[in-house]
Amino acid sequence: MSINHAEPTSFAYTDANMKLVQKAIKKYPEGKQMSAVKSLLDLAQRQMGEQTGSAWLPRAAMDVAAEILGVSPMRVYEVATFYTMFNLKPVGKYHLQVCTTTPCWLRGSDDIVSACKKASGVAHFGGTSEDGLFTLKEVECLGACVNAPILQINDDYYEDMNAERVEALLADLKAGKPLPPAGSLGGRASSAPAAGLTSLTSNPTAGE
Amino acid sequence: MLKDEDRIYQNLYGQQDWKLAGARARGDWSGTAEIIAKGRDALIEEMKASGMRGRGGAGFPTGMKWSFMPKQSDGRPSYVVINADESEPGTCKDRDIIRNEPHKLIEGALIASFAMGANKAFIYIRGEYYNEAQRLQFAIDEAYEAGLIGKNAAGSGWDFDLVLQRGAGAYICGEESAMLESLEGKKGMPRMKPPFPAAMGLYGCPTTVNNVETIAGVPTIMRRGGAWFAGLGKPKNAGTKIFCISGHVNNPCNVEEELGIPLRELIEKHAGGVRGGWDNLGAVIPGGASSPVLNKAMCDTQLMDFDSLAASKSMMGSGAIIVMDKSVDVVKAIWRLSKFFKHESCGQCTPCREGTGWMMRQMDRIVQNKATLADIHLLEQVTTQVAGHTICAFGEASSWPIQGMMRAFRPEVEARATDYQPPVAAQAAE
Repeated sequence: MSINHAEPTSFAYTDANMKLVQKAIKKYPEGKQMSAVKSLLDLAQRQMGEQTGSAWLPRAAMDVAAEILGVSPMRVYEVATFYTMFNLKPVGKYHLQVCTTTPCWLRGSDDIVSACKKASGVAHFGGTSEDGLFTLKEVECLGACVNAPILQINDDYYEDMNAERVEALLADLKAGKPLPPAGSLGGRASSAPAAGLTSLTSNPTAGE
Repeated sequence: MLKDEDRIYQNLYGQQDWKLAGARARGDWSGTAEIIAKGRDALIEEMKASGMRGRGGAGFPTGMKWSFMPKQSDGRPSYVVINADESEPGTCKDRDIIRNEPHKLIEGALIASFAMGANKAFIYIRGEYYNEAQRLQFAIDEAYEAGLIGKNAAGSGWDFDLVLQRGAGAYICGEESAMLESLEGKKGMPRMKPPFPAAMGLYGCPTTVNNVETIAGVPTIMRRGGAWFAGLGKPKNAGTKIFCISGHVNNPCNVEEELGIPLRELIEKHAGGVRGGWDNLGAVIPGGASSPVLNKAMCDTQLMDFDSLAASKSMMGSGAIIVMDKSVDVVKAIWRLSKFFKHESCGQCTPCREGTGWMMRQMDRIVQNKATLADIHLLEQVTTQVAGHTICAFGEASSWPIQGMMRAFRPEVEARATDYQPPVAAQAAE
């Protein structure tokens, strides 16, 4: 797979996605269909991922979304360029998003960045590996700070990371294994203290 | 310590079933129609009696906020918007509510919407919470199927629709008017106030924006009574709160505790203490990135509630406690927050757009020991020209960490200046 995805000249939602587009628009009051714009762009980006192996948002897709929503394309470009989750350039199959904001930094996000670079072969943020497998991105707080440091890959959060866990995970992906279930790779459940519960130890009550 | 039976979130850690059956076993959706039958005014009074202050950061009294919504429609519908954009660094409490107690949020949305005369509510969840959004949508679909929301919701006679919208990566959308813009399908740029959302919010209609934790607490407050909630915590700082304890503690975790708990007790009881012991504590950011940092001496006696933290010139914020041990370069930790704010400025107002980048670069010079004393004092002064000079509170949010650092760590910061002269020590008596 190459990372040199050409800018497509056309885009069309699949029939299945077109149904989801209509469903998204119907959630909002009559005439307020623009509220669905982020859903439409997200669907387009996911469809690109399925069809080309790179989940990104080409301009042709924005134009299609604008046509469906009945607005000028500029209204859609504004949205697509404002929000960070829309990838305006092709990305690798696995989009590595490392949080380096203070809570993750305190827990060693510098090591996560180094490990990601070493294991993926991507030298700098924004880059994509030669094999098209990995794109590395620095992101701001992902909102899972008590499970820091966090590495987000595509839609999934991998929590309580360290360098060894990053290297093992990326080695598995290179070997063609699928992504493991999201969550802590340190073996703890959700956001509870790792050394054992300090609350909610008694029988669950009905809250009455 | 707060007793388990007084914790609202019995499934905070997801050990039990999060779906409808599990939620019902925990008491959710029991007697919802009876609660609604009490009427709008009674529910608002109950919220006022509970003393609940908004859990998103500002701490505005919830019952009073609800009472600003029009009692009679002028033809426009009213809307409730639930803020699940949780993006304040250090904060990850709403995530646990959404993934482990979604039905508390949905039931709370129904009750709150009825109390404010809204037949439709929107939950705006940050885009990165993809798995959480999937789970919440599943729970919403369950509630529709069980007749708990939709037409004649839960048999109450009230029609109620709940829509989940995902964001797409922008911290600023947690600001309520930026959230409304984003919900309408625009860039998330804050609006001028007035008009306030209660008069003209989403689609130009009366709207109230509440945090997830505020809304999810509503059903339990209605069932157990405002007096129960008001009896927890401290006067004017009532109830329980989910604290997120991150950074240099032995066991980072989320935990629900009473407001007013001493910071040290909170950290030592639930998070296994500071790494290396309490005396190894360097600094604490007590309420999310924008709350001013506290030094060790301040932390020794700090109580965790709105008024106690305001008295220390910091703030309760979202209850996100970021702990740093003595090994941390506090200036670098705050510089990283400046970088965060620079990245997240929406660019609408000049003081913020230009100021956040300038403040970050100046902080970087201090980190690298390249700043002069005059640079440090200029930075401090510029923060006061950003704060209070922008459409939304982002100007304050980006300035306060630096101002807090100067209050709590002035000697340490000034000692890094290139032209720093140590104070002349008193001559030792021979």
